[in-house]
Amino acid sequence: MAEAKTHNNSNKPRPRILIYLAIQIITHSTIVSVICFIAGIVALLLLPVLAKNTYISENALMPGSATNMLSSHDVAEANKLVKDLTDLKLRSNGSPIESRKLIAQYMLGLDAEVTYHNFYPQLNQFHPLHFFTSPDSSIISKNISCASIGINTVGIIRAPRGDGKEAIVLVTPYNPKKVVLGEALSLGVAYSVFSLLSRVTWLAKDIIWLVADSQYGEYSSVSAWLREYQAPQFHRVVVNSETCNESSTIEGNLYSGFRRAGTIAAALVVKIAEDGNHFDDSLNIYAEASNGQMPNLDLINIVNYLAVHKQHLRIKVSKMWSLLGSKWLNTLGVFWECIGQYARRLNPQWKFGIPANEYVEGTATLASSMYYQGLGVPTGPHGAFRDYQVDAITVEISPKVSPTKMNRHIDFIFRGGRLIEGVVRSINNLLEKFHQSFFLYLLTSPSKFVSVGVYMIPFALLGAPLPIVAASLYMFSSKATPQAPVASEVDFSLESWKWINSAKKVFVIHLWGVAVSLLPYFLCRIPGLTPTNNLTVWGSFAVLSLVILFSMLGYPTSVAVPSEAEKREWANLKSVTLSAIFIGLSLMSVINFATAEIGALLIVPFCLMARPLMLDIQARSMRTLLLATCNLALGFIAFPPCAFLLLKSAFDSSGGYNISDYWNWMESLWAWNSATYLYIGIVHLPCWALCIHILFHPS
Amino acid sequence: MALLSRKGTLFLLFLFSIFLLSASASNGSGEEEEEFWEELLLKPLPDRKVLSHFHFQNEAPLSDSFARHHHLFPKSIAQLVKKFHIKAMELSFTQGRWNYERWGGFDPISSHNAKPPGVELWAVFDVPPHQVDASWKDLTHALSGLFCASINFLESSTTYSAPKWTFQSALGSLRYGTLPREAVCTENLTPWLKLLPCRDKAGLSALMDRPSIYKSFYHSQRLHLTQAKTGADPKNSRVVLEQTLTVVLQPNILTGGTNYVSEAKMQPSWSLSSIFGRKINGRCVLAKSSNVYLQVERGLVTQLENLQSSTATFAANGTNLDDFGRNVGFELSVNPDRVLKEVEKSSSILYEYPIKVHKDSEQFDLGITWKHPVIWSTPHVPLYASRFLMGSGNERGAIAICMKSTESTQELVAANYVDQRCNFQVNVLQIVPWYIKVYYHTLQLFVDEKPQILTDFVERMHVSPSEDKVSPGLMELVLKLPCEVKSAVLNIEFDKGFLHIDEYPPDANQGFDIPSAIISFPDFNAGLQFSDNSLSKTPMLSKLQERSPVISYTEVLLVPLTTPDFSMPYNVITITCTVFALYFGSLLNALRRRVGEEERRLNDKGGKKDALLNRVLGKLSSKFRGRSSVSSQPSSSSSSSLISPKLILRVLLVAGIAVAWQYYS
Repeated sequence: MAEAKTHNNSNKPRPRILIYLAIQIITHSTIVSVICFIAGIVALLLLPVLAKNTYISENALMPGSATNMLSSHDVAEANKLVKDLTDLKLRSNGSPIESRKLIAQYMLGLDAEVTYHNFYPQLNQFHPLHFFTSPDSSIISKNISCASIGINTVGIIRAPRGDGKEAIVLVTPYNPKKVVLGEALSLGVAYSVFSLLSRVTWLAKDIIWLVADSQYGEYSSVSAWLREYQAPQFHRVVVNSETCNESSTIEGNLYSGFRRAGTIAAALVVKIAEDGNHFDDSLNIYAEASNGQMPNLDLINIVNYLAVHKQHLRIKVSKMWSLLGSKWLNTLGVFWECIGQYARRLNPQWKFGIPANEYVEGTATLASSMYYQGLGVPTGPHGAFRDYQVDAITVEISPKVSPTKMNRHIDFIFRGGRLIEGVVRSINNLLEKFHQSFFLYLLTSPSKFVSVGVYMIPFALLGAPLPIVAASLYMFSSKATPQAPVASEVDFSLESWKWINSAKKVFVIHLWGVAVSLLPYFLCRIPGLTPTNNLTVWGSFAVLSLVILFSMLGYPTSVAVPSEAEKREWANLKSVTLSAIFIGLSLMSVINFATAEIGALLIVPFCLMARPLMLDIQARSMRTLLLATCNLALGFIAFPPCAFLLLKSAFDSSGGYNISDYWNWMESLWAWNSATYLYIGIVHLPCWALCIHILFHPS
Repeated sequence: MALLSRKGTLFLLFLFSIFLLSASASNGSGEEEEEFWEELLLKPLPDRKVLSHFHFQNEAPLSDSFARHHHLFPKSIAQLVKKFHIKAMELSFTQGRWNYERWGGFDPISSHNAKPPGVELWAVFDVPPHQVDASWKDLTHALSGLFCASINFLESSTTYSAPKWTFQSALGSLRYGTLPREAVCTENLTPWLKLLPCRDKAGLSALMDRPSIYKSFYHSQRLHLTQAKTGADPKNSRVVLEQTLTVVLQPNILTGGTNYVSEAKMQPSWSLSSIFGRKINGRCVLAKSSNVYLQVERGLVTQLENLQSSTATFAANGTNLDDFGRNVGFELSVNPDRVLKEVEKSSSILYEYPIKVHKDSEQFDLGITWKHPVIWSTPHVPLYASRFLMGSGNERGAIAICMKSTESTQELVAANYVDQRCNFQVNVLQIVPWYIKVYYHTLQLFVDEKPQILTDFVERMHVSPSEDKVSPGLMELVLKLPCEVKSAVLNIEFDKGFLHIDEYPPDANQGFDIPSAIISFPDFNAGLQFSDNSLSKTPMLSKLQERSPVISYTEVLLVPLTTPDFSMPYNVITITCTVFALYFGSLLNALRRRVGEEERRLNDKGGKKDALLNRVLGKLSSKFRGRSSVSSQPSSSSSSSLISPKLILRVLLVAGIAVAWQYYS
């Protein structure tokens, strides 16, 4: 026998290199997965170092190449509008109709076409089937009264010699019921630009100024307007109250219907922060739209360029503040800096490494950028535009002192107006739509970004061990099956199809996940439940159904002595679970990359390490006990509510944590149609449950 | 003899010259039929702008030969008519949009001269149906050369179509095409001016100061050709060439402070010199008549009359608006020669100023000074139409044409109050390029915000679906709408198509244009009726009085389509192909490889392989030693001869497939 084997070996050609490699990797799966995972974490931490400086990719934009034309006359008029608005508040206690009329009159004075747009605020409801579709306008809640109607004021300037095919939208959220100075000032800034644009000859695109009625939220008013603009409903639902339209006519206007301009090229939401006490006048940019979609990087670039180089504003994007002071990050930064210096000593051409403080800031920005993208909830009214493939950002100007204490409004309007003018002019220069620069990126500072090609690497490294370990486990379980000495062919085929059993189990658990994620839809229908109650009902249902499912599937009780086949069942189950999570993560990375990356960071280590605790306990060595504790800790972290609370504590340094926050958070996720909710319910939670199942598997 | 013969030749020459003279004289009598008029109409618009409409008309008898000499009529146009058998043609170059809401749409000027942005061309040919397309193609090229524009792009069959009912003169051989993206500039105006007998050297056309014209809010230059039959004899027909330039200008206002307050704004006072920067030096001497008109609209006349009656002093004086523009509202700097008034009460007024022959001392400069703020509105189109795109994304969308009633339809309701079932006709023409794949079955009609069955309102319908890369889609609808209609919406869905990479135009990422839809109202008549018809009719006046249907155009739409990454196609193709090759290669390998089978084969081959290896080694060594081995020679040659035809065959096959692919795709 042995001789024959050697003879065979001599004849046997060397296996193909790829197959050889694959076999090698699978047999050494443990070490490969550990290396991959560590490399993934390192690559993730290296992202701020690898960030590139932004640049304006589209040459046609030419930001700042023209001199500002905003005149003191425009600004004086705008200041008058601000004053009139605030006076109105004092005089008539802020009657919404009065202030709306005032704004409309100002717009009419500039020869703009003005209309009111009435809308019914849409209540945030869970529509399980509407996750990836654009919002439907047919859903209007039944009992609406005239009082609950929102009215947007829209002014349109037609480009004098343009063909009217494209338009730029300026949005200023404004609550006519509660006029605050910040909002009035933002109206003033927009008005000054609008006034200038009504006179200029270079305009090629129409300008729409939308004063969004924000009494029911900024987002809902903007999205209602956009819905009417992009997907109007011709068949009106007759609302019981016909008299709602009495306030919506404007004298001096001939055509009172909804007005449109062409295809929207870009949109800019202008806001002015209420709070003062900043070091300097600064500018916050919010860009994240639903499901982690970002506007074209060029749009951020021009705002950044104009604000920094022309208006000398400090520009900010959101940061994870709690990371700024962390020691370990600083140490890491110093470490990277040292490596960078060493690399430069070796070869001065290598531009690797950034200063430690910059690294810390970059990481904090990156983390928040990733968090907000991963959350899938838009960070402002600009998110409504992205749903219609329009690039939009929110620009929030925070003045040095609070607007109420500001003594010179004119200077402030001048500065803000010039910035907006520059951005509008730059977009106006654009012949094509935004397409040159990146759509998939993470920001590490307003002027630095990580493009998709770079931030894919950590995810690929984190995800790579999953199929490898799955394959090795499958091989292990099929090899270790004690073959009966006379194995008939039927038996053999049964043996090779054994994973089907585990797959069935995994599938059922995923179905359970679907059921659990659909449950809040019914819970919402029950009136008068507090978040805590809801959460309790939800959680108890989930646990109960899981227990029932397991008992139906035949959960091997620890009392009975497990057979050899059952002992190895966990390996099969884990292999299928790993494949499932791999598929889930890959799918999610297409929909929302940041979610997939954060999800991978949470679930991958737990999934890889999960093995029956009984094995470890039976072994009773130091190593196995450590493994068991590690497993338990990871299992705890990967549990969605715990993960949420951990992330929250990392993000919000203030405030106590309540378990009902989790319900609220989930509610906001489904209300915003975030795919993250689906990911948690259909991919993360079932896989976590399966891993826990493996953990407590009797072996 | 020789002398005599010389005399004879001289005589003959003399005779010949006499004959020539007489011939030229007879020609001269024919030349009298060539006529040229130049006119300018000015009209203040409600939004403090001024409409100036230049109208030049050139008439000539239709000649039989190409070589006919013309005195006034441009020869290039005459040849065009002759060569392509054009019955009627219209070419317009437009920049900016006509504002139907503020500048009106129910008067002859806007109905004829409000055109979609870019180039619009239609022509009716007097040729057999199978030659129409060829004539159209030749015509586009000829016009392209004549007007320095890319009209030749209309040659492609994907850009033009043959609507049936929208244009009145359609007799089956009409072709219609638009280029919405064509930029209009002076290089288009100059050849257009060259067609005028005086060019822009004298007469009204001398007013055309390029900077002020191109600074305008709307600018449309138009060329309209028709054949007018004077008698029953077809030989006796005349070619009429109308050239119009319609400009909407903003007179310079001394900005004293644009105040938002609802206080009525004063109309700016203007004069010819202030809006054009020039004055009229005199008429074009070749013109039969040269007139400047100032039109005061119906709405404005009514407002002025109201103002007059409210102002006591003027009421006492009893001054009339006819009284040479000395009224309460405005004052004219020059007294008109003639005042034309519409027949109906409170109707528009036309002041006429004939331009005299050039004199150095006096230049004509008409000015208007406003004394009181007046607000009025222009007569609107029966249904104010707007068109927009619905939906988002690169997959599908919908086109909606929304029509809202204006005061014109309400007047119609008032007029037809007795008649219970009052309907009016609306013709809609919508042409879409082939890459907008319209599903005609999805056409929906909403009347007054209620969905309606299409057949209840559509009288006739003509649809020719688009064919990929061959022809655009065309939809013509004849709607009968009730007079009391408030709004009507037509909605049709489409899928966005894919283009081949070399079909994308430059700047493809901007999107693709859907040309304007044409909405016409045959039941409404845009013409004005002036009281003194007896007086000499100039072309402008007859144009204003012409009974013609009201036509309005909708906006041009911009559809974003999917575009490939043009910046690095090579990189993308290479990397994609590599990934696919690797993936499919390894997958196929894994699928169709049988390890057991292979091992068995290897075992079988074991011995042979050794021999083969030895032979190859031997061959190599023999080669090194100096090809002494004879035994190997024939085998190698045979193998090479065996391989080479196969190889050649394969190469040929692949090449053949490639050629066939290239040829048929």
